[in-house]
Amino acid sequence: MSSETTTVKKQERIANNSPLKVKSLAFLSRYGMLLILIALVILMSILSPTFFTASNLLNIVKQMSVVGIVAIGVTLVIITTGIDLSSGSVIALVSVVVASLAQPGGMPLFVPIIVGLGLGLLTGVINGTIISKGKIAPFIVTLGMMTAARGAALLYSGGRPIGNLSEPFKFIGQGQIFGIPFPILLFAFVGVITYLLLNKTKFGKRVYAIGGNEQAAMIAGIHIDRVKICIYGYAGLLSALAGIILTSRIASGQPTAGNMYELDAIAAAVIGGTSLSGGIGTIGGTIIGALVIGVMNNGLDLLNVSSYWQQILKGAIITAAVYLDSRKHNRRS
Amino acid sequence: MSSEFILEMEQITKEFPGVKALDQVQLKVRKGTVHALMGENGAGKSTLMKILIGMYSPDRGRILFDGEELKLGGVKDALDKGISMIHQELSPIPNMTVAENIFLGREPSFRLTGWVKARELTDQTRRLFERLEIEIDPHARMSELSIANTQMVEIAKAISYNAKLIVMDEPTSAITEKEVFHLFRIIRSLKQEGVSIIYITHKMDELAEITDELTVLRDGKYIGTRPSLNTTREQLIEMMVGREVQQIFRKPPAQIGETIMSVRQLARRGKYEQVSFELKKGEILGVAGLMGSGRTEVLEGIFGVNPPDTGEIFIHGQKALIRSPRDAIAHRIGLLTEDRKQTGLFLPLSVEDNMTILNIDQYAKGVFLDEKKMEQACRQQNEQLAIKTPGLKQIIKYLSGGNQQKVLIARWLLHDPEILLLDEPTRGIDVGAKAEIYQLIFELAKKGKAIVLVSSELPEILGLSDRIMVMHEGRKMGELSREEATQEKIMQLATGGLTTSA
Repeated sequence: MSSETTTVKKQERIANNSPLKVKSLAFLSRYGMLLILIALVILMSILSPTFFTASNLLNIVKQMSVVGIVAIGVTLVIITTGIDLSSGSVIALVSVVVASLAQPGGMPLFVPIIVGLGLGLLTGVINGTIISKGKIAPFIVTLGMMTAARGAALLYSGGRPIGNLSEPFKFIGQGQIFGIPFPILLFAFVGVITYLLLNKTKFGKRVYAIGGNEQAAMIAGIHIDRVKICIYGYAGLLSALAGIILTSRIASGQPTAGNMYELDAIAAAVIGGTSLSGGIGTIGGTIIGALVIGVMNNGLDLLNVSSYWQQILKGAIITAAVYLDSRKHNRRS
Repeated sequence: MSSEFILEMEQITKEFPGVKALDQVQLKVRKGTVHALMGENGAGKSTLMKILIGMYSPDRGRILFDGEELKLGGVKDALDKGISMIHQELSPIPNMTVAENIFLGREPSFRLTGWVKARELTDQTRRLFERLEIEIDPHARMSELSIANTQMVEIAKAISYNAKLIVMDEPTSAITEKEVFHLFRIIRSLKQEGVSIIYITHKMDELAEITDELTVLRDGKYIGTRPSLNTTREQLIEMMVGREVQQIFRKPPAQIGETIMSVRQLARRGKYEQVSFELKKGEILGVAGLMGSGRTEVLEGIFGVNPPDTGEIFIHGQKALIRSPRDAIAHRIGLLTEDRKQTGLFLPLSVEDNMTILNIDQYAKGVFLDEKKMEQACRQQNEQLAIKTPGLKQIIKYLSGGNQQKVLIARWLLHDPEILLLDEPTRGIDVGAKAEIYQLIFELAKKGKAIVLVSSELPEILGLSDRIMVMHEGRKMGELSREEATQEKIMQLATGGLTTSA
């Protein structure tokens, strides 16, 4: 078929306003990134025989679960038109603190976990409080936290990794239940809980409302400050969880851990359709976004593409995703 | 070969995915005339104008401008050809000066370096303002100007292109009577210079006064063109709506009960002072005044958006301390804000989410929300207010202005307020939906709600209110009963007690 006839067909399709066709358009815009993910998986499977194996696929999800968990928290932040640049540094801070507490023969397992999560929560609450009460741009506040938390991690550890972790602690990042790596289960758990939080609770509705129109939310009597503090707190908590998993997986507390993870997390959210202008974003989308990044990283590794090229490709894909997304919104308005 | 028309648009068709926005529409504007373009929201006026100024290209159709076929590559092309437009939604750059805004992108400058000739910029602006008799400092920042003055700058900007055809999209929606008068004077002098104007408005009173002909669109189709002078209001509404609309204001007799709210000596520095009034059950209290008279600010004060410095509010005889919208909502007060998009709607969210957000606590079932209950409540509101939407999950951005406004009203009704503060409830809404909203306000009053209605449209104030309070520069100038109120009396009070003079 010549390209001319396809164009004509396309126009007819647009002109013909039958419900089926409108639906298929809506389907495409809604599940577009999922289709891209599936296409990527198929492509990689063809190109590399080792790609489509259970162990490799599990490995991809396991690899991405750390960034994925961070991305879920960041999604909430971005929905409210905010940003969180501190996640990577919080991971590092939590990593060294937790590692120092999870030594063999030391405290029971729950102590480092609780302290780690509490620390993450604290950084998030500080972010949220300064942002909402001080009326300072989230970009600046979390940039400050990013720098400070990294400094604190280096200070606490003296700039050196902290190794020699207890066996039970290592289970978090390395263990399996029914053959499924434990980090994947945690990732799934966080995904489900946050999905419910965002879609089925009052809190979730308020998050979307604040992102959709902060002034209108204020007129509607929503405690904007409180919701924001909760969101940044939650994002900090999830960064801490990611930090604990990472520390356990590499069996070492690293003051340099999580470097640039905040950007991967933001990328996952944005690829998954979260709009930086607020009010739009889903957990499912973010998980797909994280998997797209994961499949790309892994596939390109298997294909022996140099990591330099990988970065260039990743950058291009992020930009392309946002471009497609903005076109989608423009066309419909 | 010069024709009597400056513009002839014929058989213009434009489709968007899923919608035929324009279907063989025509528009013919005679030279040196003011041509009104009428139609409800969604009738296709904006799309047609966007085609005219080069923002869209038509799928089919022909445009003749000054006898020559017009092909546009973009907005710049249209400006070069002599077509400029005053947009309804103002888009000033707030931190730049008035002069910089007017000559944006075409600042007088040295050719080689692009260095802007600041003095010439100011002088040109000054000359333009002198010609139009506008008194605004060219050095003022746009952010310092009132909405009305911002609008005047926008008008001056459109004229400064020395266009042969100027499109004015609801230019009077944000300015006061005085400036409307001024604008009309400008329009008349432009006409004498041979400039043609396409004038989009929802205000019927303006038609006979300023326009020569009118063209009506409905649902993307051309309905007809008539001389403005001998087209009656009823004929016009019928053309626009496609059905007869009888008397818009058919106010049922009010059943006014006891006093619900009394406001005493409310004041906020620089905004309003010593504002006192009572509000009774089942009553509609109209608040009239010019732009900047402090009407909106008083409502925002009562509602706790910007709490007053001094003064007291009593609700059912008890002193109410309202420091935030939350407090106001707890006292069963609702506020429909002036600017739907800025302070009312959650544009990316669904109709249902927009409706239920205020009252979300009511639908909690344990940790989660009772979705059935939410849906039921929304469905009921949808029916009662006759909201036209494909479904509750529809993103509200895609609803018409009238339906969006109804959703916002529904949001407050779900909370069952006793007192409703309505700030310009019909701004930017088409005639059909306006009538429905009036009916709704009457019904609410009948149900015993106490309503404060702020409106810049005097017929609306006169038609709806039981009592009218008039403000001027932050002060209450007086109260008129429904019986004694006339446009003249209101204007007299609104302009500070002086008789209105040209």
